[in-house]
Amino acid sequence: MPSVTYISAAGSETAVAGFAGDSVMETAVRNGVPGIVAECGGSLSCATCHVFVCADSVFPPMEDLEDDMLDGTAVDREANSRLSCQLKLSDVDIRVTTPETQV
Amino acid sequence: MTGTGTSAHASQARGTLIIGACQAGVQLASSLRELGDTEPIVLVGEEPHAPYQRPPLSKAFLKGEATADSLTFRTHEFYSEHNIELVTRERIVSIERDATGGVATAESGRRFEFARLALTTGAVPRQIPFEGSELEGVSYLRTATDAALLEQRLATASDVVVVGGGFIGLEVAAGVRAAGKTVTVLEAAPRLVGRAVSEATSAFYLAAHRRRGTRVVLNAQVVRFLGQHDRVTGVELGSGDVIPSDVVLIGVGVIPRTELAEQLGLVIDNGVVVDASALCSDGLTVAAGDCANLPNPSLTPGGIPRLRLESVQNAVEQAKVAAATLLGLPAEYSTVPWFWSDQADLKLQIAGLSGGHDQIILRGDPETEKFSVLYYRAGQLIAADCVNRPLDFIAVRAMLHSGQHLPADRADDLSLPLKKLFLPAVPVLIGK
Repeated sequence: MPSVTYISAAGSETAVAGFAGDSVMETAVRNGVPGIVAECGGSLSCATCHVFVCADSVFPPMEDLEDDMLDGTAVDREANSRLSCQLKLSDVDIRVTTPETQV
Repeated sequence: MTGTGTSAHASQARGTLIIGACQAGVQLASSLRELGDTEPIVLVGEEPHAPYQRPPLSKAFLKGEATADSLTFRTHEFYSEHNIELVTRERIVSIERDATGGVATAESGRRFEFARLALTTGAVPRQIPFEGSELEGVSYLRTATDAALLEQRLATASDVVVVGGGFIGLEVAAGVRAAGKTVTVLEAAPRLVGRAVSEATSAFYLAAHRRRGTRVVLNAQVVRFLGQHDRVTGVELGSGDVIPSDVVLIGVGVIPRTELAEQLGLVIDNGVVVDASALCSDGLTVAAGDCANLPNPSLTPGGIPRLRLESVQNAVEQAKVAAATLLGLPAEYSTVPWFWSDQADLKLQIAGLSGGHDQIILRGDPETEKFSVLYYRAGQLIAADCVNRPLDFIAVRAMLHSGQHLPADRADDLSLPLKKLFLPAVPVLIGK
């Protein structure tokens, strides 16, 4: 089982065990990790599951709709910004930072 | 609360009882813990499942892409680690309370004592007593149990009738049509989704569903459901037409569940009446989500002062406010409401409440299936329906939050993204 570490904007770390195939967003929400809101439940409608992917974590490139939605996040996007509903876990450990706010 | 009176509940009652194990209920429980509450929390619901997301029931669930398990909000470990007692399959039927607490009793006889009480009782589908409503195949959709039954019925169906051209009905119709079945949507009003969007958006959805092969009948008057051997076989209309059907889905809105609030003597008016802090009329109980009638959280001049909001965002944000209120912390609910509906490959995102608009700007051509309808009142943008234009949606949502201005005379300029067209906030002269 991959471990997913969520680092808050203030720097505190929460690590939870994820399942391959689940998204980084689902894993956070099911375990009550603060910092990811995900109002639309992963249907690419709300841009409230924004994360910054740490340099040691790699995901496949994003599609256009995710790219578009990232322009509307509450905290401005950066080069490593992703919507965590689109990040599927494999068997590799992952680290992401959550923004100060999602809405 | 530290009761000093002689109430029967004062001595033993501790902690919070949340009635309704749903989106709002889970959020309320989580928020209490995030705010540092260490008292017991009991979250009680009548469904057999742990709380789950409802929006996918009319979309991914019916396509077999989601299950009640995959839609679960929180793991069982979450509830135990946060000392939240989740109780399923218990329907609360009676309740009493005073200023220090009270007791709720389930149908089974199980009693739940509490010092603090939250109602997240949700809503139930509005039922219309058509003749033949009891026939096998006549369906409603609200819970995962409903969705599983509907999925099972649809598997062998070839002719499906949807009564009600709102979001739920159209989402199901789109999925069923994509699966190759014959679908007819019957809407009593002269247009689709009349409660939520303007004529321009309604007209687009009518055309779009028809293009995809769904039959839509407006101004439809359902007379009765016809059946053979206790199974539904057709729907008879006022026009005399009979539309063959082996499954009928009725999606004509919901009614807030207020029975328990009524027992408590709370003020009810299309839902449990709450203030901006999610506090009910007794000044003690809180309510949140579909069951609550609340002050408009984004009131603009001309908007309606109170309403119910049936949305995930409202369930979540109002529940956060309710949790703070229960703990005696100051909190007021203010937000830009937003909604979404996925129908076939059409993504509708709505930002703001369009009630009271006096001008509509069309941004993009509906024929392209990518356009936005921008609603203005007195020159100020108040809401937008965005179809396959997520950038417009997020720009408008951000703009309504920040109070920036989007001049109506430039809003239809597709050569620039909306956010490039914003101007800084201008003072609004409320009441002038």
